[in-house]
Amino acid sequence: MIMAATETNAPAEQVAKTKGYWSGVVKRFSRDPVAVTCAVIILLLILAAIFAPYLGLNDPYKASMIKRLKPIGYPGFPLGTDEQGRDMLARLIYGGRLTLFTGLVPVVLAFVMGSTLGLIAGYAGGWVNTVIMRTVDVFFAFPSVLLAIAISGALGAGILNTIVSLTIVFIPPIARVAESATASVRALDYIDAARASGGNALTIIRVHVLGNVLGPIFVYATSLTSVCMILAAGLSFLGIGVRPPEPEWGLMLNTLRTAIYVNPWVAALPGLMIFITSLCLNLLSDGLRSAMNVKD
Amino acid sequence: MSETPLVEFKDLVVRFKGERTVHAINGLNLSLKPGEMLGLLGESGSGKSVTLKTLLRLLPPKRTDLEGSVTVLGTDVMSLSGRALAKYRGGDVSMVFQEPALALDPVYTIGDQIAETVMRHKGISKLAAMDVALDMLTRVRIPSPERRLKNYPHEMSGGMRQRAMIALALACRPKLLLADEPTTALDATVQIQILLLLRELQKEFGMGVIFVTHDIGVAVEVSDRIAVMYAGNIVETGTTRDVIKNPRHPYTKGLLAANLHGAVKGSRLDAIPGSPPPLEDAPSSCSFAPRCSLARPECWKALPPRVDLGGGHEAACVLAAEEAVTA
Repeated sequence: MIMAATETNAPAEQVAKTKGYWSGVVKRFSRDPVAVTCAVIILLLILAAIFAPYLGLNDPYKASMIKRLKPIGYPGFPLGTDEQGRDMLARLIYGGRLTLFTGLVPVVLAFVMGSTLGLIAGYAGGWVNTVIMRTVDVFFAFPSVLLAIAISGALGAGILNTIVSLTIVFIPPIARVAESATASVRALDYIDAARASGGNALTIIRVHVLGNVLGPIFVYATSLTSVCMILAAGLSFLGIGVRPPEPEWGLMLNTLRTAIYVNPWVAALPGLMIFITSLCLNLLSDGLRSAMNVKD
Repeated sequence: MSETPLVEFKDLVVRFKGERTVHAINGLNLSLKPGEMLGLLGESGSGKSVTLKTLLRLLPPKRTDLEGSVTVLGTDVMSLSGRALAKYRGGDVSMVFQEPALALDPVYTIGDQIAETVMRHKGISKLAAMDVALDMLTRVRIPSPERRLKNYPHEMSGGMRQRAMIALALACRPKLLLADEPTTALDATVQIQILLLLRELQKEFGMGVIFVTHDIGVAVEVSDRIAVMYAGNIVETGTTRDVIKNPRHPYTKGLLAANLHGAVKGSRLDAIPGSPPPLEDAPSSCSFAPRCSLARPECWKALPPRVDLGGGHEAACVLAAEEAVTA
């Protein structure tokens, strides 16, 4: 016990920190008003989309020849009507279902596949890395919009094909981020230390590599959801995504663009929704990035 | 030596292939008895860390050529693979790294990391493993261990982290502990605490320790025996007392002379001239000859003999051989 005395006087503030990782993340996140606001907006959008049928809205498919292109605030139609006389509010909320779905699902799929590929490539190195990463590079050579259009065009219109093509578009960037994060973690001492204490490759990847790499990839993937939503809307706008009369923000923007001189405010609403959602997703991912960083 | 040695290196050769070949270890012979603390002393690039990593088979297999044998408790380390290797690493032998800040995973708490190792090797539940972790933290004298168990590495000071690292390494009660310059990254006051702690725990657990350092003072402080490495080989080995009181190899003498104690302001410090040789070719003569003030023509012609000076004291030098004959 010769030495014990000198280190007992650790700072009180340091000793107090004993909570788990996730409670720390929540605490830091809740101190960021911008991120919290964005999270609330996204949550509201998702809830509205899920519970759309129970909100007492008008039928989003019911058209009317007389009530076409009514302005915002028209009796019975709080956000006006579109070029076929359908209720804009109902269509925007129902449209959120498809738009959010096609915006999130490809990113989730690409997140799983891309990080698996990147982890394998980064941890194995050598020829495995070369094969995976050069293949990924081929996809990188195309601009993402062009690639999405090409794949969707080849597969044909439809929600499923949109999801497939957007997944393929997002695998390369996620794999790239995962690979570089893994490669830098792999060279660190604690991976050697884990091997020195008898961990096999699978355990080390699962526990020590994934644990350190998942944060950055996750945050990057969150920032991709807004891009994905815009791309999905773009595909619908071009007519190779969702088919009419399904409400979807991109498609609505397309069909309403003819009415831009007649009723510009109503025509701009789907675009506004896309803008708000992607802005919130981006700010949310920024907030998550700083909240999930335990190191400082 | 009647008892079986804990570790035995026989004519170990390690070469790294690549754009240029590096002869990192050239015919190293070394043995360690159970419960002995060996200080492996040498300057940067002399092959200390490579020796330790060979012992744990941590060197990248594709780029490394290994010759000779390494046995730990009678088992050939080179032949281990899969389960046996995983059991050996961390179970029989474990390691304390130089930089505790880098050797602990930043996203898991100290307790989780210790428990993970214990669960893997002992096959016990997480709860029981946490008890072991708590016990270990107490043994390495970390104040308020219950709370520290839930700390992340970045929430601890350097000395505290190194204590946690030691706790992690000793959690499975290894028979051999490898310490790769465990005090280099720490400041002087914490250094001595860690050294004394290691010494105490070594006595308590009765394990063998190989302690790598480039600080001769540190080596003297903790070890029973010292082995001095130069350019991938051991130039002198013996009990700490013998090596310090009666160094026979010019390199050891140079190391002992090159300290600041008794240096007078304004006078030149004693230093060994020159720098270690490049390791691109396997040595065919004494590696130290170019820097040795006592070098003779025969030093340049052949590898120096290993001279047994009695009592386990050995030196690889022609001068030691002569002295041994004349004495």
